[in-house]
Amino acid sequence: MSRTLLDKVWDAHAVRQLPNGATQLLIGTHLIHEVTSPQAFGMLRDLGLKVLYPERTFATVDHIVPTDEREEPFSDALADEMIKALRKNCAEAGITFFDIPTGKQGIVHIVGPEQGITQPGTTIACGDSHTSTHGAFGAIAFGIGTSQVRDVLATQTMAIHKPKVRRINVEGRLAPGVYAKDVILHIIRMLGVNGGIGYAYEYGGSTFDAFSQEERMTVCNMSIEGGARVGYVNPDATTYEYLKGRPYAPKPADWDAAVARWSSFASDPGAAYDDVVTYQAADIAPTVTWGINPGQAIFIGENVPVPAELPDKDRATAEEAIAHMKLKPGAPIKGTPVDVVFLGSCTNARLSDLTEVARHLKGRKVKPGVKAIVVPGSQGVASLAEKMGLAEIYRSAGFEWRGAGCSMCLGMNPDKLVGDQLCASSSNRNFKGRQGSPLGRTVLMSPLMVAAAAVTGEISDAREIFGIQ
Amino acid sequence: MALEKITQVTGRAVHVPGDDIDTDRIIPARFMKCVTFDGLGEYAFYDERRAQDGSEKAHPLNDPRFLGSSILLSGSNFGCGSSREHAPQALYRFGFRAVLAESFAEIFFGNSTTLGMPCAVMSRADLLALAAVVESDPAALVTLDLVEEKVTCADVDFRATLPPHAKEALVSGRWDAIADLLEAIPQVRETAAKLPYFAA
Repeated sequence: MSRTLLDKVWDAHAVRQLPNGATQLLIGTHLIHEVTSPQAFGMLRDLGLKVLYPERTFATVDHIVPTDEREEPFSDALADEMIKALRKNCAEAGITFFDIPTGKQGIVHIVGPEQGITQPGTTIACGDSHTSTHGAFGAIAFGIGTSQVRDVLATQTMAIHKPKVRRINVEGRLAPGVYAKDVILHIIRMLGVNGGIGYAYEYGGSTFDAFSQEERMTVCNMSIEGGARVGYVNPDATTYEYLKGRPYAPKPADWDAAVARWSSFASDPGAAYDDVVTYQAADIAPTVTWGINPGQAIFIGENVPVPAELPDKDRATAEEAIAHMKLKPGAPIKGTPVDVVFLGSCTNARLSDLTEVARHLKGRKVKPGVKAIVVPGSQGVASLAEKMGLAEIYRSAGFEWRGAGCSMCLGMNPDKLVGDQLCASSSNRNFKGRQGSPLGRTVLMSPLMVAAAAVTGEISDAREIFGIQ
Repeated sequence: MALEKITQVTGRAVHVPGDDIDTDRIIPARFMKCVTFDGLGEYAFYDERRAQDGSEKAHPLNDPRFLGSSILLSGSNFGCGSSREHAPQALYRFGFRAVLAESFAEIFFGNSTTLGMPCAVMSRADLLALAAVVESDPAALVTLDLVEEKVTCADVDFRATLPPHAKEALVSGRWDAIADLLEAIPQVRETAAKLPYFAA
């Protein structure tokens, strides 16, 4: 019988069926960070339990780390307590910690792939909803809560119900200036922020076949913003090429066997899906959000919606969004002044993001009065970008070049919006207060659109600003 | 670990209207700088409840008529966004013992069930009808019956459903899976041994 990748990975990792009908699922790789793990270690201590497979858990520190003054102790005593707690918990349990001094620290969803830990046909869990990122490798990757972090530490398993699978095809070639970020914002706009509840999203079609591994990560990353806890792309030569030679990837002697095994997990031709939708790449334009959830998105040339013209069910949220965002219904979003631009996050802070932006930004200047920061996703990304001269391009343009972390995606470190500042952001969430100020306003977009906003000081069409045709 | 069999939750209810209420709104990230969940209750919906100078804003959770409510009513896709368990922990510690909404985001739903805080789904029309009853009589007792999958208030029954696995886990007192998971460690090791990447 034809099976999906989800079916195959599920069957290989199912330990048993629990009394309530859920699956006890083996988690091959567990990733932890400082925010959602300390309570889990505390629960283990209270229960007198140990970490069952410490070699299958990997840690890094990302949410609370400062991106400018990184000397310890951190000026924020609470943040300092959190990094010390993680260090202690990892040391006691024998867990590998990609700590700041190792030069391998970064956002957990960038570090896992970069180290070659994220591999096809595996299960991955992390106490962070953007764990769906790892699905780009043909892994089944779940964001989990802290009690489940405890479960995985103690038993290497968790109780979970098998999702349905929606196949999302995108066909054809994206126009110049349109990126993976626009694809996922468009998908969420079409299917809704709750459209994926109960589903895993399997992304495919010729657009995905042509995507780099990093572009696939950008799409899978935001699956959860569409309500899908899991998103994945079937592994192929692009995936294997990306993994080859990475520290935790199989060694040359084991390589061919690993590729054969990985390939066997890809969904079979003719696999049955619970739902299938198809979009055309040519229909997608640079996309920006206008509201307070990632589904409230429009193409850059469109106008901010008029709530009264929306379906009943969307109206109240749209009114709330427009009041918060201080936008004018029916007016173009293009031209909206920005105060801050943020290029970073687990969605878009990989080397390819920074390279693509730098290519266009070179020789341009950030508009005076706009605060512009670029936060590489990992120390590894930062170091490569510095060697390639990218950091210098950003600095010359007037961006602040920062150290690796989650930073202004969620404002848990000192990088926050102030008051009702409006931020053009390459991150993944535009929720009220998300970027650290309760009144702060976030407009999500691709990295190049962020750069265009930096240069003009307003929401702009990057294709016009950088002469892309 | 014998857990309480959660078959019914009774209490007064409060309606926090809106769709897509995300976990950042339920507990802003800045309050997650902590290594325990203690004390999170006072920060539930903090930025919705308080102005930047700390003064109280008009919000159902600040309304004296609804103080002490243990059942939260809301809209669709409740708890979307971040996987932070801090969100249901904050609601639980604020005093809530059940959430009734049109739909729930998946991770929030699982986190809440694991805490023994049932999340039941009601139709939009029923939620609004129930909210109207509660608004007119904040002292009205609301009962969520998980076995019968109904909510009763002022002698009116509304349908309130849970997915079978969550219902079973709550009513049988197995909502925290850790005990079940620990029972199968030998099978966990067998499954792991069959996976090449695991043994490496």
